[in-house]
Amino acid sequence: MEYILIVIGAVFVNNIVLSQFLGICPFIGVSNKVDTAIGMASAVTFVMIIATMVTYLLQQYILEPLQIGFMQTVSYILVIAALVQLVEIILKKVSPSMYQALGIFLPLITTNCTILGVAILTFQKEFNLLQGVVYAASNAIGFGLALVTFSGIREQLELAEIPKGMKGVPIAFIIAGILAMAFMGFANIV
Amino acid sequence: MSQLKHVTKGFLKENPTFVLFLGLCPTLGTTGSAINGLGMGLATTAVLTLSNVFIALFSKYIPDKVRIPSFIVIIASFVTIVDLLMSAYTNTPGPHGEPSLYDNLGIFIPLIVVNCIVLGRAEAFAAKNSVLPSLLDGIGIGLGFSFALTLLGTVRELLGNGSFFGHKFIQGDGMLIFIMAPGAFLALGYLIMIMNKLKKKLANS
Repeated sequence: MEYILIVIGAVFVNNIVLSQFLGICPFIGVSNKVDTAIGMASAVTFVMIIATMVTYLLQQYILEPLQIGFMQTVSYILVIAALVQLVEIILKKVSPSMYQALGIFLPLITTNCTILGVAILTFQKEFNLLQGVVYAASNAIGFGLALVTFSGIREQLELAEIPKGMKGVPIAFIIAGILAMAFMGFANIV
Repeated sequence: MSQLKHVTKGFLKENPTFVLFLGLCPTLGTTGSAINGLGMGLATTAVLTLSNVFIALFSKYIPDKVRIPSFIVIIASFVTIVDLLMSAYTNTPGPHGEPSLYDNLGIFIPLIVVNCIVLGRAEAFAAKNSVLPSLLDGIGIGLGFSFALTLLGTVRELLGNGSFFGHKFIQGDGMLIFIMAPGAFLALGYLIMIMNKLKKKLANS
């Protein structure tokens, strides 16, 4: 039951993009086509789960015993940057087809604030390892849900007539606002 | 005098928020009120200026291949310093038990590390220029970012709460949606539209 609450809370109620404002850059940047949106969402899912596990272990077994909690930001971002590189190298070797699909998105992920954000939130919410992994996975699903929905709307939008000044980024933000309003309907269900 | 253009370009011509669309997460996440927006802007300015100066100092000695990780470590160190300072000095709750600035900004303070503006300026400007221009560039871009955040925060606070920097002058609630999540997207969308219009006017005249 506890895990179901974590999942629903992270995917719908406190959606990472539409109510917590993390990962806005890829949300606006790679949402022109549904295909690229799906690629980005799967790359984020993959890295987010691994990064949350690794940073959890780092926190438990290195930062806390040595009482250097203030090094959290520095060590987390270093680990995430190294991890993304590692995932890229391993994926290239082990599964070239998957590398083809996710490859171009991986370098972008280091500066995607969802990864570091979820790692820090997992620590702040005092989750254990399994809860942290479930939390990371459901945040990634929430990110994917918002991104794919948004890109679907933007694909349709290319055919619509938009006032000249609103074209491009402004209309994207207005749509995101309406989408966020729709997600507000999920408030208080958990 | 010619150096001064590094400071002024951040406001309109190369404004990180309205023109380059960088650093959007804190832009939307911390502008529920003008004072939070200003606080976030100044925290980012401090990190940006300090990291620009240090990267300009050290970029000659950093091998090209480990450039990005080294920049990230320098930036992360300054973020940690700003985080610790803010938790010490901006952590007093308001007179009616309102959450402090530090609590309001919350996770967005450590997330300055992954703000694309900071790494972007390091890579595009500080690594190629000497210390003084980098210092001015950091201040300029940082103040441009603070300006954008304060403007967005002011608009949202005025519409959503009927107050200006916490001083309430319209009774009642206002349009609450503007303080909540959807209002952030809507307000920024319309502000970018207005900025585009202004830019076109400036370019034509």
